[in-house]
Amino acid sequence: MNYIQFLQMRPEISLLAIFVATFIYDLAARGKWRHYFHPIVCLLIMIHTAVCLGESYSECELFGSMYYTNPMIGIVKTILSGGTLLLVMQANKWLRSANTTHKQGEFYTLLLSTLFGMYIMISARHFLLFFIGLELASLPLACLVAFDKYRHHSAEAGVKYILSSMFSSAVMIYGISFLYGTTGTLYFADMVANINGSPLQIFALVLFFAGMGFKISLVPFHLWTADTYQGAPTVVSSYLSVISKGAAAFTLMVILMKVFAPMMKHWQIITYILTVASITVANLFAIRQSDLKRFMAFSSISQAGYIMLAVIGGTKDGMSALVFYVLVYIFANLAVFGVIETLEHHTRSSVSRDDCNGLYKTNPRLTLLMTLALFSLAGIPPFAGFFSKFFVFMSAFKAGFWVLVFIALINTVVSLYYYLLIVKAMYITPNDEPIEHFNSSKYSRVSLVICLAGILLLGICSFIFEEIDRLSFGM
Amino acid sequence: MEHTIFIMALPLLSFLILALAGMKLSHKVAGWIGTLSLATVTVLSYSTAILYFGAGRGADGLFPTLTPYNFTWLPLTESLQIDMGIMLDPISVMMLIVISTVSLMVHIYSFGYMKGEKGFQRYYAFLSLFTFSMLGLVVATNIFQMYIFWELVGVSSYLLIGFYYTKKAAIAASKKAFIVTRFADLFFLVGILFYGYYAGTFSFTPEANILFSAGIVIPVALGLMFIGGAGKSAMFPLHIWLPDAMEGPTPVSALIHAATMVVAGVYLVARMFPIFIDFAPEVLHIIAYIGAFTALYAAVVACVQTDIKRVLAFSTISQIAFMMVALGVCTSDDPHTGGLGYMASMFHLFTHAMFKGLLFLGAGAIIHAVHSNDISFMGGLRKYMPVTHITFLVACLAIAGIPPFSGFFSKDEILTACYNYSLMMGVFMSFVAALTAFYMFRLYYLIFWRRGYYETQPAMFKKGEIEEKPHTPHEASLTMTVPLIILAAISCVAGFIPFGKFISSNGEAYTIHLSIAVAVSSILLATVAIVIATTMYMKDQNKVALILKARSKKFLTAAYHRFYMDELWLFVTKKIIFRGISRPIAWFDKKIIDGFMDILATTTQLFSRQIKRFQSGNIQSYCIWFLLGVMMLALTLIFLI
Repeated sequence: MNYIQFLQMRPEISLLAIFVATFIYDLAARGKWRHYFHPIVCLLIMIHTAVCLGESYSECELFGSMYYTNPMIGIVKTILSGGTLLLVMQANKWLRSANTTHKQGEFYTLLLSTLFGMYIMISARHFLLFFIGLELASLPLACLVAFDKYRHHSAEAGVKYILSSMFSSAVMIYGISFLYGTTGTLYFADMVANINGSPLQIFALVLFFAGMGFKISLVPFHLWTADTYQGAPTVVSSYLSVISKGAAAFTLMVILMKVFAPMMKHWQIITYILTVASITVANLFAIRQSDLKRFMAFSSISQAGYIMLAVIGGTKDGMSALVFYVLVYIFANLAVFGVIETLEHHTRSSVSRDDCNGLYKTNPRLTLLMTLALFSLAGIPPFAGFFSKFFVFMSAFKAGFWVLVFIALINTVVSLYYYLLIVKAMYITPNDEPIEHFNSSKYSRVSLVICLAGILLLGICSFIFEEIDRLSFGM
Repeated sequence: MEHTIFIMALPLLSFLILALAGMKLSHKVAGWIGTLSLATVTVLSYSTAILYFGAGRGADGLFPTLTPYNFTWLPLTESLQIDMGIMLDPISVMMLIVISTVSLMVHIYSFGYMKGEKGFQRYYAFLSLFTFSMLGLVVATNIFQMYIFWELVGVSSYLLIGFYYTKKAAIAASKKAFIVTRFADLFFLVGILFYGYYAGTFSFTPEANILFSAGIVIPVALGLMFIGGAGKSAMFPLHIWLPDAMEGPTPVSALIHAATMVVAGVYLVARMFPIFIDFAPEVLHIIAYIGAFTALYAAVVACVQTDIKRVLAFSTISQIAFMMVALGVCTSDDPHTGGLGYMASMFHLFTHAMFKGLLFLGAGAIIHAVHSNDISFMGGLRKYMPVTHITFLVACLAIAGIPPFSGFFSKDEILTACYNYSLMMGVFMSFVAALTAFYMFRLYYLIFWRRGYYETQPAMFKKGEIEEKPHTPHEASLTMTVPLIILAAISCVAGFIPFGKFISSNGEAYTIHLSIAVAVSSILLATVAIVIATTMYMKDQNKVALILKARSKKFLTAAYHRFYMDELWLFVTKKIIFRGISRPIAWFDKKIIDGFMDILATTTQLFSRQIKRFQSGNIQSYCIWFLLGVMMLALTLIFLI
């Protein structure tokens, strides 16, 4: 056996290593060492991201072909760990608050284990391994959602999340069992030969899709999203909305392409319906939200719809568009959530749109950052969000779905409306008592600046997209 | 040549520093940052020129075209792409020299001129931005990059004209300049798109056979591009913004509206010259006629203006028109047979930048001393401001075309080129050149000679006719006079540069030889014009001047109002376009389109309210919706498809 091959599992190995390190540190550190916990974890994740980034990956299969990796998958893992790093940095103040500080070790270990689950899920080429990865990415998340267990909302959100999650897992595994029944294997590569589009397999596809739709929060499998995002600690909502969603979307695309290739027509129709439903319904809901986190939940559902535009063609272009979209989305969404997090921490309550009134007067820099992030989410040039939306539309257009692109375009107008509502509140709406001036923690400031740089530069520096495009693969 | 990147980077850097941190810096520090970065740029530009021209010609007898930097910014198709980079060839290197020299002079000069002004840091930030954009324009490797910087130049010009943003006239002028040039740029952009589509590239050197097959489109595209150039270079009838642009600070007028930005149009035509000459010579000749008319028109108007800066503004329009004419009269790309105009135009661009910059800076010094733009508040200033007087005189001699000052040599080449084209064009341009000498010396005498305001006022004060004691004007500070002296020195010697050795229409070395007939006749004409100006304006209330004034009152009033061109434009825009076209469209927009949108918005809100109950907060119902979704999808797929 060639052990050198295991080096291709670099991301998993290093993630496992820092997971163990965090765990031991949590057990061993006492006194002032506890004080350094957060920076050390940030450093560890940074090292891990650097390791992931490292030299490029080669294509390889491990564990009897259950595990597979290639350069593109390596990039996706790097993006996910980079996003996690930004997120943990933003969590600084929350983690050090009185209610959380004693259990911050748990937060890190749970978070890292979900990330590990996502890695496995992305790299799986066998449904069993895939399912283990998926569950590993879901169950600890339920604990994280309920992390502020003394807050009523958080506990409620946790229950809602775990119940829906179980439900969707059950539905999905039901679908997988149909697949196993009709093809006699769980290996992706062997399965594809026996996929023929029989009604039973169509049913299996729908069930599988529904399970993934739950993770990505596509309408009508999205109903948990708003309640969970609102109730969960902001860092966790933000994790759910970017990292978890990005990983699931990529995995869905890969599985649709690799396993369900013969049923392309069918999954394209499903994607079509779910995309239209997600974008439109989420937009209609988002218009009416005043609580910022709930608002961001619907915004993230509609963004998920845009991500699905990249999936629908099943092409190489689509994959590059998807990965780039996720990358940009991570920066923009983390910026918005980061701002919400600092605001919440400052006011010690949930933040609604009206609370933002007149924020520009007191916190101009924070407001500017929020504005740019919202512009990016809405897809206004020259911010990165414009380019990512453009590539997504382009890939769907090239695949021939121009009506769908048209519907999506109309929806961007609606989305512009509600994103601008917040901008308007911050700049124009007068307020006698806006949230007073405050300074956020150094960590979150650094993280927000990185997000800002991402928003401003990703679209303009074309080599990033070109590099992704070079490595992506189609059906 | 890798250091050229710093020529671009330094002004940008200084702009960013001054724009972001300017408010925290003192005036002095801000000024130093701008000036030092520009001084470095100047040194780098000169060293670039020395290295470039010093390296000598290649094996083909041409100076090589270097592109130290070029990267693809936006690939549109396989062949069509937008690049960003730096290109060095004889004319871009010459422009580097012109821009950096004048800009440095203006930076130094502004220390004195803008001293104590509110927004001093902002002023220097904008100057840096302008210099950056202008440098980017001239070193552009392709027409699209040029366009991008072209617009940046327009923006910085807008910002600088409107620098005194509390002054109503300044705001109106900045808007006018921006809108008129933008209007012209629209044609420029359309031209670029035509060109890009049919030539398959944005580069300046397309493949000839593609252009041949494109046929009539290429001349049309080039013509459209020229309209853009005509807007920036203030060719008739798009010149209306330039006189108003004088509302900006005077050093800005020197830099932007005399020496650099306004010649961008000339530079554009020169840049596209190889394509013009091969594929659209007839367009080139149209340019010549437009230029000739503009030259005459502006010169006539300049004769009767009473605002010192307006006279100079119209003189600028006229001189740029000379450059355009010189390009337009080219009939081949061989300087010996019909291509002389190209070299002459670039030469004049160079010398004009120096002496016109000098004139404006001199005017700035005068305005600084007497606190007014109006000539009637001047007169007899030669006693009070000796340095300004001498340098101004040098510039006047240069622009009038008196040897050995630089303007003589370049203008002479232009006239020779015109005579080569046709006798009529030559005679016509000679007449305009004489007119130039006349109005410049009119201005000169009205400012520095005659018994002016500062001699009559004290006498009136003594008699008790006026209450306020008038102040005495004084010579400007050293920071202002040193740039004047430097530019005057350049204007004295620049004519002796063997310009044809560096720049010619086909790139080969060309030795300038003066044509005796043209030179003698133009000197004679200029002298006569100066003599007339002397008799008319050197002393107060000259009889000839008064009689002329009485005889041709109507014509003079019309000329004073610039032949009502502004009013004509206002009529076209306000009466015809606004009332006839915009208003109905506005009505349609407000009632029909907005109404439709309102209906859409109301329906959206309505739906939004209707679907609220899906999100009940009830986990059981969530699961039911989930299942229903699955069932519906499965049924649709299995039974309907």
